[in-house]
Amino acid sequence: MNEQCDEKGHFGEYGGRYVAETLMPALLELEKAYKEAKSDPEFMSEFRRLLVDYVGRPSPLYFAERLTEAWGGAKIYLKREDLNHTGAHKINNTLGQALLARRMGKRRLMAETGAGQHGVATATVAALFGMECVVYMGEEDIVRQEPNVKRMKLLNARVVPVTSGTKTLKDAMSEAMRAWAAEVQTMFYVIGTVAGPHPYPVMVRDFQSVIGEETRKQIMEKEGRLPDTIIACVGGGSNAAGIFYPFIGEPVVNLVGVEAAGLGIGTGKHAASIGAGQAGILHGCKTYVLQDADGQVLNAHSISAGLDYPGVGPQHAYWADNGKVEYCSITDAEAVDAFYELTRMEGIIPALESAHAVAEAKKRAQQLGNECVIVVNLSGRGDKDVDSILKNDKR
Amino acid sequence: MNRIVKKFEELKKAGKKGLVGYLTAGDPDVEVSERNIRTAIEGGLDVLELGVPFSDPTADGPVIQEASQRALAGNMTVAKALKMVSNIRRYSNLPVILFGYANPFFRYGYNRICADAASSGVDGMLIVDLPFEESGELLPYINEHEMCFIPLIAPTTSGERSGRVLKDARGFVYYIMVTGVTGARKEIAGDIIRRVEELRRYTSLPIAVGFGVSNGKQARLVGESADAVVVGSALVKAAKEGCLADLVKDLRIALG
Repeated sequence: MNEQCDEKGHFGEYGGRYVAETLMPALLELEKAYKEAKSDPEFMSEFRRLLVDYVGRPSPLYFAERLTEAWGGAKIYLKREDLNHTGAHKINNTLGQALLARRMGKRRLMAETGAGQHGVATATVAALFGMECVVYMGEEDIVRQEPNVKRMKLLNARVVPVTSGTKTLKDAMSEAMRAWAAEVQTMFYVIGTVAGPHPYPVMVRDFQSVIGEETRKQIMEKEGRLPDTIIACVGGGSNAAGIFYPFIGEPVVNLVGVEAAGLGIGTGKHAASIGAGQAGILHGCKTYVLQDADGQVLNAHSISAGLDYPGVGPQHAYWADNGKVEYCSITDAEAVDAFYELTRMEGIIPALESAHAVAEAKKRAQQLGNECVIVVNLSGRGDKDVDSILKNDKR
Repeated sequence: MNRIVKKFEELKKAGKKGLVGYLTAGDPDVEVSERNIRTAIEGGLDVLELGVPFSDPTADGPVIQEASQRALAGNMTVAKALKMVSNIRRYSNLPVILFGYANPFFRYGYNRICADAASSGVDGMLIVDLPFEESGELLPYINEHEMCFIPLIAPTTSGERSGRVLKDARGFVYYIMVTGVTGARKEIAGDIIRRVEELRRYTSLPIAVGFGVSNGKQARLVGESADAVVVGSALVKAAKEGCLADLVKDLRIALG
């Protein structure tokens, strides 16, 4: 099993650094700085200390008894990343990258954001370290995730509306890359997912791996064994990479990544890059991309802003090809049903992104039988989605 | 001999500075685009960079982003861009570089694009997001078809890295004058002469300088040290506004 990328950041044919020359030196510098930081015990101990004292880790692994009973099958555990400071797994990564920025002498952070969770998490660590913060966000996402925009502003971040293309995450990321090129000497680009050019996919995965490491320990304590299935939603795929990575190569654990099927794969309005895309090059890496026959990137669609992206992290593309992870998809409607079910059955309002993983867990729980154990990565809380749910759904 | 290599030899012999012009293929449709290209060529371009539009041009400013959107709305494709090059070949022998982002070429197939480009009359390729580290998957096909893969050097590229990137390069070097995306800049950096001279320590190839040049005055300034000047966004904008011939004339006069 080879889970390490080559020295240029390739996972098999995926990954790499497909960026303009202007950015290459910065990526090489970042790669070097990250390698050094990772093997510096002082850096790692400060990262771990802040994960505990600031983020509130470890996040609980919660046995969802009522859901388990209602679904009548496998035992359902929820990895409660929604209980982290700022309400999602994103802070694990932004904390790591901000510490790295500080170590590299950079005082200015920039980020792209879809659902706003990564933007909020970046703005938060910028406040914590007294750094400047600029967040690029699509105009449509600014509307549908308004509470997060307000939080970023309170945290003193500058939110730049992106009006090109579909005005969602894809365009926010394009605009962030343009802005980064202009200020690459002083700006630290905090990418929020396991996509983008090397070393981001590796670095973000490593910072998020705390989720899987804790899960392993917690499930051993609670069940005395590894889970049968671990399920996580996949947009770019950072929460999934974080919980999967420590379990890759465990033959007994079935890893399941859930993409957004939007209105249905057949309608063309979805965000299932692995399920319905082809190998391509987008935003600095080679991976599965939703594209037409001429290599033009297609617009993704998902009710969930955080999954509304036509690409996916390159290591997921690699795992999809080598079968280490199984990928499937859940529609908008199924995700909304799961959102309600979790909210009303367990008193936990999930992010719409995470609701995709919950919906898939329901399908599998019933097939698996009650001697089995499923862990769902509940990657974020749903406060940001409350307005749009209430507006669009009258349950 | 490759037309790019030949052109720069001729320019050198004549003691002239080259004018490299960029236009987006199919902006806003094939017919208008072909007319604009002809206007620019007949106005005195030395090299044409024909842009293949991409949906997510992360290295381009608003002018070329919008041109790409217009071209894509007009159903521009890689194959149609190649057809445009064969049409150019009916009346002109100037060097043509296919300019774009990796994905449309990757989807078309690196082997196939190089074969079809060469047979359409393309002399070189410049792929913005295919840096030295990733170019190995394309280069064998470029070389097989005797085209040039035009390397980019940025202000952030160290001398040592420039040396590595340019070691086996052919044609010319594209020096990106400013950090950031394409598009006009008000002023040309004062130290451009020094930077171009420094780059010469690492290569004997001709150096073309671009990003931000929008008029004859700026072109003349850049031409003091560079072997050629690249003008992109300004030409695209002029084409849209119907004053392309005037701008090309202004640039041509400035460069001698």
